[in-house]
Amino acid sequence: MRVLAALSGGVDSAVAAARAVDAGHDVVGVHMALSRTRDQFRTGSRGCCSIEDAGDARRAADVLGIPYYVWDLSERFEETVVADFVAEYEAGRTPNPCVRCNEHIKFATLLDKAVALGFDAVCTGHYARIETRPDGTRELHRARDLAKDQSYVLAVMGPERLARSMFPLGDVATKEETRAEAAARGLSVSAKPDSYDICFVADGDTQGFLRSRLGSQPGEIVDGSGVVLGQHDGAYAFTVGQRKGLSIGRPAADGKPRYVLSVEPVDNRVVVGSADELAVQAVQADRAVWFAEADGSFPCALQVRAHGDAVPAHATVQDGVVEIALDQAGALRGVAPGQSAVLYDGTRVLGQATVTAALRSSGATSGLVR
Amino acid sequence: MYLDHAATTPMLPEAARVLAEQLVRTGNPSSLHASGRAARRVVEEARERLAAALGARPSEVVWTSGGTEADNLAIKGMFWARRNEDKQRRRLLVSAVEHHAVLDPAFWMAEHAGAELVLLPVDGDGVVEVDALREELERSGDQVALLSVMWANNEVGTLQPLDDVVALARRYGVPVHADAVQAVGQVPVDFGASGLDAMTVSAHKVGGPGGAGALLARRGLDLTPVLHGGGQERGVRSGTLDAALLASFGLAVEESVGGREDFAVRVGALRDTLVTGVQDVVPDAVLRGPRDTSRRLPANAHFTFPGCEGDSLLYLLDSAGIEASTGSACQAGVPRPSHVLLAMGVDEVAARGALRFSLGHPSTAADVDALLAALPGVVDRARAAGLATVGTVR
Repeated sequence: MRVLAALSGGVDSAVAAARAVDAGHDVVGVHMALSRTRDQFRTGSRGCCSIEDAGDARRAADVLGIPYYVWDLSERFEETVVADFVAEYEAGRTPNPCVRCNEHIKFATLLDKAVALGFDAVCTGHYARIETRPDGTRELHRARDLAKDQSYVLAVMGPERLARSMFPLGDVATKEETRAEAAARGLSVSAKPDSYDICFVADGDTQGFLRSRLGSQPGEIVDGSGVVLGQHDGAYAFTVGQRKGLSIGRPAADGKPRYVLSVEPVDNRVVVGSADELAVQAVQADRAVWFAEADGSFPCALQVRAHGDAVPAHATVQDGVVEIALDQAGALRGVAPGQSAVLYDGTRVLGQATVTAALRSSGATSGLVR
Repeated sequence: MYLDHAATTPMLPEAARVLAEQLVRTGNPSSLHASGRAARRVVEEARERLAAALGARPSEVVWTSGGTEADNLAIKGMFWARRNEDKQRRRLLVSAVEHHAVLDPAFWMAEHAGAELVLLPVDGDGVVEVDALREELERSGDQVALLSVMWANNEVGTLQPLDDVVALARRYGVPVHADAVQAVGQVPVDFGASGLDAMTVSAHKVGGPGGAGALLARRGLDLTPVLHGGGQERGVRSGTLDAALLASFGLAVEESVGGREDFAVRVGALRDTLVTGVQDVVPDAVLRGPRDTSRRLPANAHFTFPGCEGDSLLYLLDSAGIEASTGSACQAGVPRPSHVLLAMGVDEVAARGALRFSLGHPSTAADVDALLAALPGVVDRARAAGLATVGTVR
């Protein structure tokens, strides 16, 4: 097959590309440039990190003996991932930009362009397994290394795009094995640190990033009964379940810490309460993408965070809306609208939907009830 | 099939031979003993060769590490010298289509050294607007420290009206620098006759080695040094001279200038075949730069292909064994819409579909035939991939 290997400049994508080469595919490496300074002239506006990553990706391609190109996807990225990230926070929701990037960039713009240029598949360094059933249909599964498993952020791609994807690291036992393999192959990125932060928030200060885009929007922090407890500088900077940065002067009556229960952008209010009030009983979601036929009610495991646990639940699909009732109320806490809900059957991904509301064990609802 | 000679061109066999021969030499050209004197003699013979080929005096040659360093020395060194002499001369005039080796130091001087940068506009062919320059000089000629206009553009091959530019500048006492990196060996270049105050040349563009260049600086031109150290090159450019590189450089310039007329006739005809051929097989391809071939470099052809992205075209041609260029500067390998095309009034979407084909001394009709055979399929496929990566908001 003709395979386009997305090379980020990190160790995972380099080893994935190497494995694709070993498997006998005709591999071409592409580094996606996802941000750029707007300055037409370069003096004084060099971003060393991205250039370093592009250089590392180029070296990996050299070592593997494959062609290497840089594709500038920065405009699409800004429009579909960064702008969405800001708009979602502004609307009081909690987005996952990695999910959006997989949905709009890696397995959309990049994949579409690759296919148009004659490639059969896109290969990435994601930790997830693809299993092919006897009838030829493909299933997305959790990676063998559950600590690195990335099926959660991939679930949004759906079956057609999965059919053109390749994740050679799905069977790796641990990340250390990937590093060891990189070192054995002479890839200089073998010891490069993992990236965790949101790539376009370079300093990790998400609130600062949002403030720079959205400006100051002072408002009130209230408790469940509407009593004003404090002030904030923009409701967009808060996420359901958040404890830090609330700056409430008065202690709670029960002396326990307070958490964000909901963000209400229309009133620019942040509602806080106790940890108990974050406990969730059921989740409602829409914009569902299914890997297999999904109708009626069925048991599943629900995961709402990239690094969270999946909890037993029953899902009901009706008119495009997915209601997911937890088998054990309170098994999840602090679910926010905008989060990605991924449903599993064992290791297999059933589908993915975007949370619109969470029904609290206490009977309250966070988010915008449909 | 290599169609990217404007990026770099293979070494001339004689230049390669001299380089290899001289590489094993012992001796620093600045040393006073016999080995040093022998190395110095090699350097000075190269200086005489290069000067003679380009209509300069040997004393006007300042060796550098390449074209970029020579451009930096010209922009910074001439600006500082002129400004120190006359404090009100702070304006720095450069054409909007200069190579980044001129533009970026000019922007740097504006950011860090108090220069007032003026970008001179160009017309649709990429030719500097002489009327705009005249108006600029009439308005503030006594405040201009330096003017830099390239001899020929590296992307679209446009030859600039240097005679007019120099005549105007002289009237206002403004020194003129020209980056002639692309012009040497392709069009007649005579530094003395040009009236220029400084001119940049590069070795590897004319079949010499990488890592060598020169700034020709008119005798009496005041240049503030940029590199300080051992005081080589009259104190203007410190750094140990590399006899082998310079010997090879001098020879390459001599040979390429000596063969220039034949080159222009033979390669110019190939280029004409290429241009007509591309327009035959891809009728909507747009030739950029002057249609009148006497107003552009004989080895240059440049097109935009509507509905295509340059990086798609580049990849598809590369996988068909044909090496070309988008022509514009890259940041970390990312093709950007060319500032040259934008300055010529080409819109950003069209500018993304740019490809430069540049020929050189080894080019043959087979290279052009291979391109013309591959191009229709490549363009169809690139069009199908479309402008997938371009944002939807325009």
